Amino acid sequence: MAKHMTRKATRHVNQNEGLIFEKSSPGKAAWKLPPLDVPEVDTKQLLGSTERKHLGNMPEVSEIEIIRHFTRLSTWNYAIDLGMYPLGSCTMKYNPRVNEVVSRLDGIANGHPYQPEKISQGAMRIMKTLSDCLTEITGMDAITLQPAAGAHGELTGLLMVRAYHDSKAKSRKKVLIPDSAHGTNPATAAMVGYGIENLKSNSAGIVDIGVLEAQMTEDVAALMLTNPNTLGVFEEEIHKIADILHAKGGLLYMDGANMNALVGKVRPGDFGVDLMHLNLHKTFSTPHGGGGPGSGPVAIKKFLEPFLPKPVLKSKSDGTLGFDYDRPQSIGRVRSFYGNFGMFVRALAYILANGPDGLRQTTEDAVLNANYIRKGLEGTYDLPYASPSMHEVVFSDKLQAKKGVRTMDIAKRLIDYGFHPYTTAFPLIVPGAMMIEPTESESKEELDLFIEAMQSIAQEVEEDAELVRTAPHSTRVSRLDETAAARKPILRWKPENTTS
Amino acid sequence: MLKAMGARSIDDLFEPIPVEYRLNRDLKIPRQMAESEIVDWFRERSRENGDGHATFLGAGAYYHYRPVIIDSLISRGEFLTAYTPYQAEISQGTLQSIFEFQTMICELTGMDVANASMYDGSTAAAEAVMMAVRLTGRRNVAIARSVHPEYREVLATYAFHQGMPTATVPFAETGRLDGKALEKAITAETACVLIQSPNFFGTIEDVQAISEIAHAKGAMLVVSIAEAVSLGIIEPPRAADIIAMEAQSFGVPLTFGGPFCGVIATREAYVRQMPGRLVGQTVDRNGKRGFVLTLATREQHIRREKATSNICTNQALVALMANIFMTIYGKVGFKELAKQNLAKAAYAAQQFGKHANVLFNAAPRFNEFVVQTSEDPYAINSRLLGHKIVGGLPLKKFYPELGNASLWCCTELTTRSMIDTAAGLIAESERSQEAGEEEPSVEEVAK
Repeated sequence: MAKHMTRKATRHVNQNEGLIFEKSSPGKAAWKLPPLDVPEVDTKQLLGSTERKHLGNMPEVSEIEIIRHFTRLSTWNYAIDLGMYPLGSCTMKYNPRVNEVVSRLDGIANGHPYQPEKISQGAMRIMKTLSDCLTEITGMDAITLQPAAGAHGELTGLLMVRAYHDSKAKSRKKVLIPDSAHGTNPATAAMVGYGIENLKSNSAGIVDIGVLEAQMTEDVAALMLTNPNTLGVFEEEIHKIADILHAKGGLLYMDGANMNALVGKVRPGDFGVDLMHLNLHKTFSTPHGGGGPGSGPVAIKKFLEPFLPKPVLKSKSDGTLGFDYDRPQSIGRVRSFYGNFGMFVRALAYILANGPDGLRQTTEDAVLNANYIRKGLEGTYDLPYASPSMHEVVFSDKLQAKKGVRTMDIAKRLIDYGFHPYTTAFPLIVPGAMMIEPTESESKEELDLFIEAMQSIAQEVEEDAELVRTAPHSTRVSRLDETAAARKPILRWKPENTTS
Repeated sequence: MLKAMGARSIDDLFEPIPVEYRLNRDLKIPRQMAESEIVDWFRERSRENGDGHATFLGAGAYYHYRPVIIDSLISRGEFLTAYTPYQAEISQGTLQSIFEFQTMICELTGMDVANASMYDGSTAAAEAVMMAVRLTGRRNVAIARSVHPEYREVLATYAFHQGMPTATVPFAETGRLDGKALEKAITAETACVLIQSPNFFGTIEDVQAISEIAHAKGAMLVVSIAEAVSLGIIEPPRAADIIAMEAQSFGVPLTFGGPFCGVIATREAYVRQMPGRLVGQTVDRNGKRGFVLTLATREQHIRREKATSNICTNQALVALMANIFMTIYGKVGFKELAKQNLAKAAYAAQQFGKHANVLFNAAPRFNEFVVQTSEDPYAINSRLLGHKIVGGLPLKKFYPELGNASLWCCTELTTRSMIDTAAGLIAESERSQEAGEEEPSVEEVAK
């Protein structure tokens, strides 16, 4: 192994662990109920034929076994807490622990969504304060916190776009989406019943104004734009983009996935965006938790307010807060209750911990870190677009591909160096993309280690390409057979397919 | 660092942003706070939020005990601060735990496959219905009126923009779905029937009978389960084609309504139309067992506009809570837990029924029931709140035809003394109503 490798990571023992079902045996238990303080019931009499007779293969295990089981499993994961996690467009920043503490305070964790408004003022105050902060940060006029994730926010936003056009009795048929967009954008537009029209990027990797002008018609409901885009490039001609859309009555929807490049420095509401979603689990530090929960608030301009999902939080004349359900033009509900409230608590704690200065500096540091990596790796890896980078930088595997090493191989080799890989093969407009987003959380030392690792891998590609092509070499399992998994899916454990 | 990249100041890096749009002032948000101040601020909000109240509320959000090891385990940074397990080699912990989650959901629901999670029960139900639309090639949907009203609202939002006509099927005197009305509601264009069991009133539906009616006309049956603990003692809806669940009852805190944990489970034949992530078992290049995200060709990052859904981020960490909860209670504990819920609700219904009208007694129920009082339930609840107890959910907003009805829930955490206190206040209310005492203004007491 290369000489640098020991600087960041060392191999050490981790425990083997089977499936929980394989540890189960009758009589083991990790639960205890208090004595019943009401009369026992005759279940057969109460339930008749609806009574359940058996619980299948549910496990029976002890508490220490459960602790060890999940602790052992956890050690097989990489996480932000272990090191840099430079997944482009995912904004894997530090998840402050105070957020976890305040979200578990009794009145917050045990608040029932239907408890009387009188004893829900604390929760509503949290929602109101967060809403105010987010509308100020985005430069918009109003917001809904209801959507449960970014893609859900997109859905909510496009439903509002649709409701808006319908209210003008001019339904429109399609949505423009740049070829650099996240897959959720076209999937969302399809769910809302819109046709999708692809918008080809120009040679700088941004929206081609000429192309947009040609494709913009009165049939276009909206443009879904990520800014900075998925190349990490700010759409410099954003004002022209907005003007072209607005001139033909279309709306500018911004995918806020990359908001970590903008907070405190520039506000989408000021550059012509009509509506946008935020990802609290990206920009505002709520934990990704292995894939969720997220939260995808949608911030809007005033003219879209009638269409907000209901209920809408309102301030009452007596100074208390309440929910307004009387919204005749609302698109309706997109989720039960009020959204992923626990994520609101965490995001607000993050905003309070930063304040105006902290948020601005966060953005500056995120952009600084990405550019530092760009500088450090320029020349070693191909930079397909020379446009200036904001919070993330996209390289390609063009130089290494000559030796038969692709972006996924380099990504897998990074694992051996103690890093989580960058985002591979996205955006689609860059063949062999390597999309790197360090976030503000990383120190110069960690960034230097990363640059060193990437340079070392590039060297390995020249000297021993096979080593990289067969990586990772230090993990419990390596290069799992995904084709076999999809061809004959095994999606659950069954007693007969136990193996060790 | 700036020097290393040949920049003079940080502003150089923001040059791509047109000058006229740059923000040259501080954001108008609260000033930076110290950790101690943040904790104090939220403690204050916690106190304003019903801290220390006991509750009879259920209605899709259930107050069950959460064994402490759930939080010990999900707080491990390796679970908490990991991303979606796309890089299988360094995500086996998350992947194996999801595989176990999928397995236990299958065991509990009687289905063949379950996904890694959906946002919540309401969106899971809406996505399950859209899945049935794709599977049958039909576009109409029949929805039981006894499905959670907010789930129906979410479905209406999704369905309206998909151009899917919906028919609402009423409930009968028993609280169960009206079978005759259902037969009339299903046409040759009906993709599926959506019911909930136990339904919004806590009543357990005759799933077998409903499935026969639906299947006879080529429609699928989608069953929503909002109170997952019921699966410990209630026969799962094995006749369903798709089950859309809310797993919040499995160790997930109420947190004012979210994050919760939706899940979709179905039969093997339908898996390729299922939305959401799936984890599958496979082997690595050395033949060692391992787990990967699989059947990704259903998903948005591969299929874009042709995906089964736009869902990307799901509720993974919440699913892990549910997973640990299911592991703790397991084969025996689950049944005992569910039995306690059943016993508490049976006792409460019996006590309340001595003074007021408990509805839908003719069909079995789990841990919720509907009570009709002479007085407006807001007024009774207001008095109960004086005892630091939150009463049942008044149903007027959702079911005006039921008059002064409210929906009460008892779990293993509901004490006999809470039940007796509430029963006492209901008895008092009925006595004073009978005596014709002046009714206090509802607005006044509800405040």
